[in-house]
Amino acid sequence: MTPQSNFMVLAPIDPAREAALRTRLESMNKAPGVADPNNSLIPFEQFDRLHYARLVILNDQTTGDIRVYGLEPRTYPLYFAFLGDIDGDKESFLEQLAHRAPSGLGTIFSCCADFGRETDLVRWMREHEAPPIANYVNWRGRTVRRAWQEAKLHDAIQTFLEIRAAEFAELPAREVHRRLRDFVQTEKSAGRLALTPEAPTPGEWSIKNALHLLGMPLLFLLALPLLILLTPFYLIWLRRLEKTDPELCARVDQAYSDGLAQAEDRLVSNQFTAMGSLKPGFVRLSTTIGVLWTVNWGARHLFTRGRLARIRTIHFARWVFLDDRKRMVFFSNYDGTVESYMDDFINKTGFGLNMVFSNGIGYPRTNWLALDGCQDERKYKDFLRRHTLPSQVWYKAYPGLSAIDLERNSRIREGLEARRLNEEQAREWVALL
Amino acid sequence: MSEVDLKDVQGLVRFGYGKMTEASYVLLRIRDAAAARAWLRAAPITSAVTMDPPPKVALQVAFTARGLAELGLPSSVIAAFSPEFITGMTEESRTRRLGDVGTNAPAQWAWGYAANVPHLVVMFFSEPRGLTSFIQSATGSYWSDAFEEMCWLKTADLDGIEPFGFADGISQPEIDWKRERDPTKAQIDYSNVVALGEFLLGYPNEYNKYTDRPLLDPDERSARLFPAEDAPEKKDLARNGTYLVLRDLRQDVRGFWQFVSREMGGSVAAGEKLATAMVGRTRAGDPLVPIEEKPIPGIGSEPEEVRKNRFTYARDPIGSACPFGAHIRRANPRNPDFPGRPASLLKRIVTMLGFGPRGFRDDLMSPVRFHRILRRGREYGPELLPENALSPAPPDDPARGLHFVCLNANISRQFEFLQNAWIVNTKFSGMTSESDPLLGTRTEVAGCPVTADFNQPRAGRLRRRVSALPQFVTVRGGAYFFLPSLRALRYFATLGR
Repeated sequence: MTPQSNFMVLAPIDPAREAALRTRLESMNKAPGVADPNNSLIPFEQFDRLHYARLVILNDQTTGDIRVYGLEPRTYPLYFAFLGDIDGDKESFLEQLAHRAPSGLGTIFSCCADFGRETDLVRWMREHEAPPIANYVNWRGRTVRRAWQEAKLHDAIQTFLEIRAAEFAELPAREVHRRLRDFVQTEKSAGRLALTPEAPTPGEWSIKNALHLLGMPLLFLLALPLLILLTPFYLIWLRRLEKTDPELCARVDQAYSDGLAQAEDRLVSNQFTAMGSLKPGFVRLSTTIGVLWTVNWGARHLFTRGRLARIRTIHFARWVFLDDRKRMVFFSNYDGTVESYMDDFINKTGFGLNMVFSNGIGYPRTNWLALDGCQDERKYKDFLRRHTLPSQVWYKAYPGLSAIDLERNSRIREGLEARRLNEEQAREWVALL
Repeated sequence: MSEVDLKDVQGLVRFGYGKMTEASYVLLRIRDAAAARAWLRAAPITSAVTMDPPPKVALQVAFTARGLAELGLPSSVIAAFSPEFITGMTEESRTRRLGDVGTNAPAQWAWGYAANVPHLVVMFFSEPRGLTSFIQSATGSYWSDAFEEMCWLKTADLDGIEPFGFADGISQPEIDWKRERDPTKAQIDYSNVVALGEFLLGYPNEYNKYTDRPLLDPDERSARLFPAEDAPEKKDLARNGTYLVLRDLRQDVRGFWQFVSREMGGSVAAGEKLATAMVGRTRAGDPLVPIEEKPIPGIGSEPEEVRKNRFTYARDPIGSACPFGAHIRRANPRNPDFPGRPASLLKRIVTMLGFGPRGFRDDLMSPVRFHRILRRGREYGPELLPENALSPAPPDDPARGLHFVCLNANISRQFEFLQNAWIVNTKFSGMTSESDPLLGTRTEVAGCPVTADFNQPRAGRLRRRVSALPQFVTVRGGAYFFLPSLRALRYFATLGR
């Protein structure tokens, strides 16, 4: 199994070159916000390990919000971020990237403050890495190549069934399975279909993963006595904050929202970038860290096959701290419209949403961290829209496929690779077609 | 909690005016605001109060955002209505979401686009043979000074049957008028009772919250408006009002029956089987899944209601009785808050954390109670029976279709969500190559060229698939309106003074 990883390069933009950067980023698109997969700066589709990529100017609209706490906003640099979700390890990918698109990357990075003509691309990217505090992958180990191969498999089966509709119409499920297995075998032998077996799992990754799996709970257990001692104080403090933290959920500026909408709903999936400042103080910071560590642990060890709690529409998502953990960005790639995405969250995992995002300034009032909050649908949607940033360039390696499509195709393939299915399994498998 | 003042609500929210079989809607532009307000002052707008004997005619009126501005409502007040209402149905990104692309694109509409956006719609309803004289009397003396008539949307009485020949308007949410249900309680089983605030502004919705709307500072003009329940110091301009979505859906009745008959070997009778699967009901209105033994809240106990409406899809998880893609299964999946009926709190928590049912098709949809609409549409065009639909269209074949009307308090979460995520979406319910068999546009989606299938799952067999469905319904016009309360109408009538 080839586990996925991710990268994010984060660098301040040279103010004098911001306009140039915007023009260059725009030149990579074929529709507003949607990358031309074969654009001349970074020909994304040539990287068969790259699931998603995004180039975005992190122009936080809300830095002034901290004034509600009587604090003066810091002046943050305007950042450029380049991030991607990839198969296998990050190091080799960055090298590949620098090797194949040196001039394109140089053209883009040269708009950043400290990138010079002589700068080594790989080293510069490494120096500007911004790792996530929490990361979610829809399906551990499903590589881009596998997604492509399985989509081709699905299409080939559908075409075959269309031609042979009469023959298959009344066949029992197990017979359908048997004949399709033969068909796929033939196609594979003829070289028309490829279903590459999983690569062996890197040993180093397995060890690290096992350590993470056990280490976190162990640390938690070790800290437990202290945590128990602190809990009453924590709760009292948290309740005080919850009752007094101001909400900033005004109606979002229509022109701003319309601008975001221009780049939305062009594919079956959408991208989402949201940014904001954390509420001041140790309690909020430690809550954020604690919750996101838990989310990260859960995403890494429990939610590895198609579901983040009840949500089945997220392909990749991550949370990244910025500026000494004063600010945070959330990135996600999901299916459907932003409206349905938010409804999904509110109606299915409102508690999780509250626990993470209620530590951001202005979030609708929560109770006991998990309750209420986003259940005030209108406030939540306006809060989120206001924190949403346009993504200048967004790439998806399989534009027509939803996470459910990917899951279906994987299940079809798994069923084909099983030598025999019992009656029940065969019925379920045939229902996928 | 005060009761709803039905005298203040336009009757369409409560009644479909079924006995008033004649109806006509006129789209208007305001020519002279003062005259328009004078007409409004005198107009006999029908309220939702039950009358004895019942009225023989009814008059309803609703405004677009532009119409409210023309009438003289300040832009700062209009700005507090919902964004979808203000920007309108034809905003570019919205057309992608609503499927108003290709032949449905607003640029080709008969009305509703650019300069063709109406300011208001006036809806006339009447018992048989009374409409003409009612229109004459209700338009009255200010009418021609006040309005320019853009077009009349005439309707036909097809006796509860929509133009394709299927019984229509069967499933409607039951409004919780008395506000007895607590919407914050998790809904383990499907219920047809929906919070008042989903259909009327000024009341709590399914999240037990008040939908955003213009609240005014009290002054002489606003004195007769109700105070806002959630902000008693303010006057609630939108209370007892709601949003009205109007769309002209042209139906290709001949194309529909010719297609299904051809697919099924040529006969109308065989074609009807496929048509039934596409709709999800028989032509008489019976669902394709078995009736529930236990009652469903909000669905009556009369035998006809039970027969047609007491059902969910819980007992048809593989879609072999009613295809997942069937129109009525898309439009109302009848799903509760959780998959798998987690009755105990513990089970609910386990489900919430993502460890509930994990089948391929489990938990794919948002709970339906947040996405209900009240449908009040009327058909137009003469009846064309399926057996007559197979002959080619004469050169002067009249247009047939539906003036789709729905009411909801939150257009984006109700009408638009439903239209987008469930009707238009080619990925609905785990499918990938089909949109709504009746309403779908068959437009290619980037990366998935096939969107014109219709699949009928079968138990233990390969699904039956129909391919290359033509587009049967074309959008010819549409707009978002605000259907004000009677008090708000009187308020509008005093503007400009």
